[in-house]
Amino acid sequence: MSAEPILSVRDLVVEFRTEHGVVRAVDRVSFDVFPNETVGLVGESGCGKTVTGLAILGLIPSPPGRIASGSIRLAGRELVGLPESELRQLRGRDMAMVFQEPMTALNPVFTVGNQMMDILRRYKGLSRSQARAAAIELLAKVGIPAPAQRIDEYPHQLSGGMRQRVVIAMALSCDPKLIVADEPTTALDVTTQAQVLEQIVRLQQEFRMAMVLVTHDLGVVAETCQRALVMYCGRVAEQADIGPLFAHPRHPYTAGLLRSLPRVGEAEKQDLAVIPGMVPDLLDLPAGCRFAERCPRRDARCDGELPDLDGDAASPARVACFHPL
Amino acid sequence: MTPLLEVRNLKKHFPVRGGLLRRIVAQVRAVDGVSFTLEVGKTLGLVGESGCGKSTLGRAILQLQRPTSGEVLLQGTELTTLDRKRLHAMRRSMQIIFQDPYASLSPRRTVAQTIREPLEVHGIGTPAEREQRVEELLGVVGMRTAVLDRYPHEFSGGQRQRIGIARALALDPKLIVADEPVSALDVSVRAQVLNLIARLQREMGIAFLFISHDLSVVEHVSDQVGVMYLGRIVELAPARELYRQPRHPYTEALLSAVPVPDPTRKARRIVLGGDVPSPMNPPPGCPFHLRCPKVMDICRSVPPPVVEVGAGGASHQVACHLHA
Ligand SMILES: Nc1ncnc2c1ncn2[C@@H]1O[C@H](COP(=O)(O)OP(=O)(O)OP(=O)(O)O)[C@@H](O)[C@H]1O
Ligand SMILES: Nc1ncnc2c1ncn2[C@@H]1O[C@H](COP(=O)(O)OP(=O)(O)O)[C@@H](O)[C@H]1O
Ligand code: SF4
Ligand code: SF4
Ligand SMILES: [Mg+2]
Ligand SMILES: [Mg+2]
Repeated sequence: MSAEPILSVRDLVVEFRTEHGVVRAVDRVSFDVFPNETVGLVGESGCGKTVTGLAILGLIPSPPGRIASGSIRLAGRELVGLPESELRQLRGRDMAMVFQEPMTALNPVFTVGNQMMDILRRYKGLSRSQARAAAIELLAKVGIPAPAQRIDEYPHQLSGGMRQRVVIAMALSCDPKLIVADEPTTALDVTTQAQVLEQIVRLQQEFRMAMVLVTHDLGVVAETCQRALVMYCGRVAEQADIGPLFAHPRHPYTAGLLRSLPRVGEAEKQDLAVIPGMVPDLLDLPAGCRFAERCPRRDARCDGELPDLDGDAASPARVACFHPL
Repeated sequence: MTPLLEVRNLKKHFPVRGGLLRRIVAQVRAVDGVSFTLEVGKTLGLVGESGCGKSTLGRAILQLQRPTSGEVLLQGTELTTLDRKRLHAMRRSMQIIFQDPYASLSPRRTVAQTIREPLEVHGIGTPAEREQRVEELLGVVGMRTAVLDRYPHEFSGGQRQRIGIARALALDPKLIVADEPVSALDVSVRAQVLNLIARLQREMGIAFLFISHDLSVVEHVSDQVGVMYLGRIVELAPARELYRQPRHPYTEALLSAVPVPDPTRKARRIVLGGDVPSPMNPPPGCPFHLRCPKVMDICRSVPPPVVEVGAGGASHQVACHLHA
C-alpha cells in the first residue's frame, strides 16, 4: 500500500497501576491502518485489544492507567500527550469509537434523534432542521426501517441490534477518518450480527473510512477485515493480510487457535485440537516468550528471550516467534 | 428400549402482572409445546436466538421451574407430577452445568467441598469414601488433587468449568443439561472443555442436553440438534443432516449467518429482516412468518404442523408449511 496511513501506532505501551503491581496491558504494539481499510485486532479475553482501542481514542482511564510510551499518529498528527480538550474535539470529528454494549454510548433519557442532532449541530454546525434531516438520512443508511418515526424513540424502545446501528450512525455522523469498533456485534445474536456486520462493511466502503475492528471471533475477522493483528498477553504475535493469515498462520498460537475452532459443516465427531494450558497472568509473566508454556515448538531460547516482531512497519507480514511455521 | 428422556408437549408460561391490582395481564410463552426424545448416552443440541426459550426448557425439564403443562419422563418416570421427596431422589440422575463458571460456584467453598456437597446432600458413602470419590472425579476432569483445598477465585474460567462438571458428575447422573457451558470461555480453552464433555459421554454413557447459541459448537458435540424459535422446536434432525440439509427457512437463515473463519469461503448469506417478536405476543400462524423469506398466505393464519421429512430411517422433523 503506497498511500500514507491514517493511523500509525508505534511501540505503544499502556500500563495500569493495580493493588498487586503494575500491569502492562499493551506492550510495544505497532501497526498502521490505511484509508479504506479494516484492520482486525483479535485475541483472547484480556490480551489488550480493548486497551489498544481506548488508547487510540485517548480514552485510557487515568488513573489507574497511562500510556507509558510510544506514539499514536492520526493523519500525521501525534495524539500521545495532547490535552484532553483537543482529544475531545478529535473524537467528535476525526475518530469515533463503537463499543460492545451500545448503551454505554447512548443516554437513556434523550431520544435517539436528540442525541444525534446534538452531535451534528455541535461538530458540523447544522441548524436544527438540517440536523434532523441529516440524522434521519444516517439512520436510513445504517438500515433502520422507518427512520423518520424511529428518530423520536428512546434507546430502551429499540432492540439491541437497532441500538448498535444507532451508535454506528452516531459514530458516522461527522465523517470520521477512523472508527474503532470494539466487539460491536458480540452482544448480538448471530442473525442480528450478520445484519450489522453487513452494514458495517458497506458503510466502511461507502465512507472510505479506516476501521480498527476489535473482536475475539476469527470468523468475524475473516469476513470483515483485510488485515489483522493477533494479540497475546499484550503483544502482537502475528500480523498479516487475511488470506495468508488463515491459510498459512506462522505463529504457533495463531495456528493453534485456528485448529481448535469447531467449524460448521465439517464436523465429524472427533476431538478438537487443543492448545494446552492457559493464558499466563499479566502480573506473573515468564521471562521469555509469553506463549512458551503452551507452545509445541518451544526450545531453550524461547525460555530466555522475548521474541519481537520481525521485519519493519513496511513488511506485509510480521511474526514474533523464534521458530515460526 | 425406553428412551432416557421423553418430553411431550411441554409448556412453561410466565404470568406478567400489571396495573394497581397486580393482576395477570399477559403470559410470556417461554416454552410453548416442545416434544422430543433423547436416547441413553446421546447428545441433543439446542440452538436458537437469545430469548427463544432454551434455558427455560432446560430448567423445566429438570423441574427447577415447574412446567405449566406437558410431560417429562425420565427413564419412564413422569417428573411433572412427582412430590418433592420423590423428585429429590430423581435428582441424582439429572444434573445441570451453567454458562458462568464464576457465578455457579460458591466463593467460600473449597474445590473439595464443592464437589463433595451433592454426595452429602444425598447421603452417599462414608466420609472416607466421599473423599476418595472427590479425588477420582478431579482426575476425570483432568485436575490434580493439589487443588482440593483451593477456592474458585484461584482458578481460570476453564478450570472452574471443570470443577462445575466434576460436581455434576458426583452422583453418576444419566442426564446433564449443559446450558451454554463454553460460552464464557476463550477459544483456546473452549476446545479443552468440549473434548472433556465428549469423553464423558463416550466413556460414562451420559446423555446431554447441550444448549448453546453457537451453532458450530453445537454441531461438534451433538448427535441430534433442535432449532428453537419463540418457544418451539421448529426443526429437529440428526446433526449432520441438519447442518447439511436444513429444511426450515429459519434454520437456513441461522446457519447462513454464522461467520466462517475462512476468508476463501464467502458466505452466501440470508439476511433476515426485523427482530424476533415478543414471546408475550407471538404472531398467529407460523411463529416465523413475519421474518420468513418464503412466507405464503397460509403461514399467516395456520400454525404449521410438525412433519416427518427424514429419509432412510433417521427422524427429521420440520414445522413448516413448505413441507406439510
Ligand atoms: N481500568 C483498568 N484497571 C486495571 N487493569 C485494567 C483496566 N482495564 C484493563 N485492564 C487490564 O488490561 C488487560 C487488557 O484488557 P483489555 O480489556 O484490553 O483486554 P481485551 O483483550 O479487550 O479483553 P476482553 O476480550 O475480555 O474485553 C487486562 O489484563 C485487564 O485486566
Ligand atoms: N422468570 C421469568 N419471568 C418472566 N419471563 C421470563 C422468566 N424467565 C424467562 N422469561 C422469558 O422467557 C423467554 C425465554 O427465556 P430463556 O429461556 O431464558 O431464553 P434463552 O434462550 O436466552 O435462554 C424470554 O422472553 C424471557 O424473557
Ligand atoms: S518463540 Fe518459541 S515459544 Fe514462542 S511461539 Fe515461537 S517457538 Fe513458541
Ligand atoms: S410455515 Fe411459512 S412462514 Fe413459517 S417457516 Fe414455513 S414458509 Fe416460512
Ligand atoms: Mg475487550
Ligand atoms: Mg439462556
